[in-house]
This record gives sequence, structure tokens and C-alpha cells, in this order.
Amino acid sequence: MGRRACSRPPILPCRPAVTVMAELLQFLFSGLTVGAVYALVALGFTLIYNASDVINFAQGEFVMIGGMTSVFLVAAGVPLPLAALVAILAAMVVGVGLHKLAIEPAKGATIIGIIIITIGASIFVRGMASIVFDKQFHRLPAFTSEIPIIVGGAVILPQSFWVIGGGAVILVLMWLFLSRTVLGKAMLATSANRLAALLVGINTRMIVTLSFAVSAAIGAIAGILVTPITLTSYDIGVLMALKGFAAAMLGGMGNPLGAVVGGLLVGLFEALGAGYISSDYKDAIAFIIILAVLMFMPNGLFGRPGVERV
Amino acid sequence: MTRASRFKQLAGAAVVATAGLALTAPADADTIRIGSSLSVTGPASFLGDPEAKTLRMYVDRLNEEGGVLGREIELILYDDEGDASRALTFAERLIEDDQVVAMVGGTTTGTTMAMVPAFQEAGVAFISLAGAVVIIDPVKEWVFKTPHTDRMACEKIFEDMQANGITQIGMISGTGGFGASMREQCLDVIGNYGIEVLADETYGPRDTDMTPQLTNIRAAQGVEAVLNPGFGQGPAIVTRNFAALGFEVPLYQSHGVASRSFIELAEDAAEGVRMPTPLLLVADHLDEDDPHQPVVTDYKATYEAETGETVSTFGGYAYDGLMLLVDAIERAGTAEPAAIRDALEETEGFVGVTGTFNMSPEDHMGLDISAFVMVEIQDGDFIPVE
Repeated sequence: MGRRACSRPPILPCRPAVTVMAELLQFLFSGLTVGAVYALVALGFTLIYNASDVINFAQGEFVMIGGMTSVFLVAAGVPLPLAALVAILAAMVVGVGLHKLAIEPAKGATIIGIIIITIGASIFVRGMASIVFDKQFHRLPAFTSEIPIIVGGAVILPQSFWVIGGGAVILVLMWLFLSRTVLGKAMLATSANRLAALLVGINTRMIVTLSFAVSAAIGAIAGILVTPITLTSYDIGVLMALKGFAAAMLGGMGNPLGAVVGGLLVGLFEALGAGYISSDYKDAIAFIIILAVLMFMPNGLFGRPGVERV
Repeated sequence: MTRASRFKQLAGAAVVATAGLALTAPADADTIRIGSSLSVTGPASFLGDPEAKTLRMYVDRLNEEGGVLGREIELILYDDEGDASRALTFAERLIEDDQVVAMVGGTTTGTTMAMVPAFQEAGVAFISLAGAVVIIDPVKEWVFKTPHTDRMACEKIFEDMQANGITQIGMISGTGGFGASMREQCLDVIGNYGIEVLADETYGPRDTDMTPQLTNIRAAQGVEAVLNPGFGQGPAIVTRNFAALGFEVPLYQSHGVASRSFIELAEDAAEGVRMPTPLLLVADHLDEDDPHQPVVTDYKATYEAETGETVSTFGGYAYDGLMLLVDAIERAGTAEPAAIRDALEETEGFVGVTGTFNMSPEDHMGLDISAFVMVEIQDGDFIPVE
């Protein structure tokens, strides 16, 4: 590499190309890790939306319940795998409770009404968490090693592999569930046409309940995977729900693959935006994405056009 | 119902009634009413909670020892949850309804600044427990504060950098009130120390990953140290990301994270991190003949025995605020708001747990930079480096 190989404007410091590459890699690693979590949250949004047309803004609370329950159980001496399992079950109980106690009784309410109910439920869950747990930040130990791995000059934490790998495994399991099992097919049928599904003998009420349980479990798993990196507290759910919602919108509300792609993109945009533009606007990126999607492509990247639903 | 149980019931009612009288009676008589609005819950609860515990504990203690000027102290404490508009409501309630003679509170700079106009207008002394320099600069007639300013923390940090021959640094600051204010103060005084900022990054209060910002700092050629003004969980994440990225330069944190919980959250990544801390945090390392030693050790022992929690510097600010006020009331010989204010301003050589206070009409905080100790985290403990 020549000494003056860099052709940036003279104001910017001239850096060797290797560093520039390493920088980009670092932003990508960071973006993919955070993006994988957004993807899982978005997947939760998608599942519930498909089964019941409800946009569940309490989705972020499942992430919090997963993380916080594990933290407190581990602190009480429970081994991590068992703690994680209990945390996932706890989130599922809350998810089913949310459906049975708050959403089902409001059957017939407008979409806006239901959305407001889920926001109210999320505030309630957050308040309960601040009492049941506490208001401090907590961490979980990394699942395997804490020693960072260096790839092409950029570093990646082993826990990031857990997050990205965990997200991939869940996606594959979801795909197998939806395409290979009767229950999964029933769920797809319900999302395609609830009345028709009911007519062919599918218990759609059970399917909707199931979708709340599964999406709560996915949220909780995301929370457990990411807590060793990002820490957790009773109120992380708000931002998670907003970022996950942006991801689901970007991917096209209702499309599981779109949710995953949308999540990764939101994570990458945030990391690249913070790195190359300004870190001041990092949290604004999710909102810019929501606005851009609403204005320019209301169906998102992979969304079905609204006509099909009629 | 038997006669005996009926008697018990009546006796019980009588006891409750008289107890109620006993509780309300002295309140209207001759107590000294001190007000407080703290962020006991909410995002700043880790500051407000030890402050509230300290105030309650020491007001009880003072009353057991006979009160102040022979009068009992009545503490009226509200929880503003870190919300500035709530704080203002409580400030007005303290002044109008509760008629307090002075106020010790205001956990954060935000809540403090919201309450300042109310106390200025009413003419009631307000001792704030928040950090930013704007609270006392410019001097406001009725407003005082006990913690060091962020400006002093910057000076202490830059002194240490200068001593270590560091001339080029990277900064990563929180955009919350504390981080933003400290960043500004640091940039304001940095020129005096011949230090240059090569990279100036920020992160949001709820940010969970600061790797991109730190990558930019690492890419800036010639950075010899990194400074992170901020409080809460942000600096813990910065510290963890910093260690993961394998920086080979020192990391300086602010006094805002000088607490055990920072080490717990940052774990091994906290090793070698430097920060300015109040004396309280290094109580075990103070010299026997240091005038602060007895005060600091006594507060630490009392707080830890009564609450079962590790002492934090924030509770120490509340201790100093209350004791400065008690000292002023005793010197004034009266609990008139105006007399208290004048006495507070004349405070001289008052030894608290944060440092020695010397107030004046130009200085409503009264601490100097010597009240800060530069520490380095070694083996999970704060070790003074001087």
C-alpha cells in the first residue's frame, strides 16, 4: 500500500486502508449483534399480528422479563440453563395472561383501542417488574468466554455469536414449526383467513393464545441472550418494543422473514449511522425508518399489499 | 362478645386516638421543619435512595440527641421520581403548605434547576445535592450545593493526565444532563492543561452498545487516553466495550460512577479505570490524622450498620447538606429562613464527608479540588493513586 494511497479530503485524517476496513467490520459486528435482538422482537410482533391482527406493544416487556428473571435466579444460585428455562416460562405465562386478561375481553374493540391496551399492559408489567425485581441495572455472566475474538482487525465478543446464532436457530425452528407441523400450519391458516380456518375446524382461539405464548418465549430468549452484553433493567422494554416495531415495519408487518431482515437492517443502520454520521442521532434512526416506511413503502420490504387481506 | 374483649377493644381505640394526638400535636408547635424532594424512585433512584435513607436516619438521630436549638426537627420528604415538573410541584408544596424553613434535596441537576426559581422567589435556603456547576454559577442568593462540580472533576482528571504526560485524548460522553454538562465543562477547561481532544463522541442514556463510537476513537491516531463523562449504566457499558476492543490506553471515568455498583456491572473490565472520587469512597485508606477521617468513618459505619448496604457518595452529599444546615441553624441561633441563609453563607472550615466547606458570598459550594481523590480500580477496589 502506497503512503498516499488514501484519497480522502485533506481535512479528514488520512488512515491506512486496513484500519478503514477494520472499522467497517467493527460497525457490522456491532450492528448484527444488536440487530439480531431487534429481529427476534420483530418476529414476536409478527407472530401475534398474523394470528390476531394485534400489534402488541408489550413485546419489549418479554425481553425484560427474560433478562431480569434469569438475573435474579442466577443470583439466587440457580444454574443458568435452568434459570433461562424458568425465565422463558415466566414470560410465556405473562404473554398468555396478557392475551386472556387484557386483549381477549376487549374483543370487538378497534385496532387503536387494542394497541392502547397493549401499551397500558406494558406500563403495568414494567411497574410490576420494578416492584418484584428492583430498579437497578443488572448483568448476566457470558455463556462461554468473555475473551473477545479478533477478526480482520475488528473484535467480536463470543456472546455475540450466541445472540446471532440463537436468533438463527429460532428462525429455523420457527420455519420448521410453521411449515412441517399441523399446529404450525393451523397458525398459518388462521393468519391467512380466520373465518375459513374456523370453518375447517381449527381452534383459532387456541391458536391466538399459542401465538402470544410463542412470541413471549422468543422475546424472553432474546432478553437472556443479550443481557451479558447490554445489561438489563426493569425499563429496557420500551426502547426494545420501538426498535422491534421499526424492524417489523421495515420488513413488512406480518412477514417473519421480513421481520428478521428488518431487525438486522435497523441494527446495522444504527451502528453505521453512529459510526459514520453522528452518535447523537443513534436512537433517532429507528424513528426515521418508521417514518420513511410509512411515507414511501407502507408495505415494507416483504409485506403483502393490503388488498390481499380483503 | 365477652366483657374482657370489649374492654380490650375500647382500650385499643383509646390508645390509637391518643397516639394520633401525640403524633400531630408537636408538629404544629415548636418543630423545625426541613423540606426535601428527592428522586427516591425512577431513573436516578440509585442516587436518591441513599440520600433519603441518610436524611431520615440522621434526622432521627438528631432528635434522639435533643434536636437543634432544643427543638425537634421534622423532615418532610417527597419523591419526585427524577421528574422536573413533579419536583417543582413539591417545591411549591414545601414552601406554601408545609412552610419549611430550609430545603435539602434535589437529586439531579434537572430537578434542582426546576426548583431553584421557587426557592429564590420565596426566600428559603435550598441546599442541592446535584452535581452541575450551573446550580451555583452564577451565584443565586438562596441556593447552595454540597457535591463537587463537574468542572472540578474535569480539572482533577486533567491534572492527573498532565502528570502522566498525556496530551491527546478521545472523549465519549453521555447525552443525559450530567454527561452533557460535564462534557461542556471539560471542553471549557481543557485548554489550561495543554490537552487536545482528537475524537468527541456521545451516546444516549439508554444506549446498549457503544462499540461504534469507541471504534471511531480507536481509529483517531495518537489518542493517549479516553475520558467518559456520564453516570448510570452507560459508563459501565462503555467500560466493557472499551476492554473488549482491546484499547491499550487508560480510561478515565467521572465521579458520577464512583460506586460499588459500577465495579459490579463492569466486572473485570473495570480494572485499571481511573476516576476522581470524594473522600468517602476511600475511607479505609485515609490517614489517621486527616481531619475528615473521623467524620467519614463514622458516617460509613452508621449507614452500613443501619441499612445493611454499602455506603455511596450520594448519601454523603445528603449528610453534608443536612449537617451544614444544622450547623447554620445553630450558629444563627434561630430557625428564621433569612438567618439560616446568612449563616450558611458564612460557613467556614466545616468538615463534612465530602470535604471541608468554606462558603462565601461568591462561592455557594465551598469545596476546593483537594476534596477529590484520584483513584484507580485494582482487584475490584478503589485505590488512591496519590
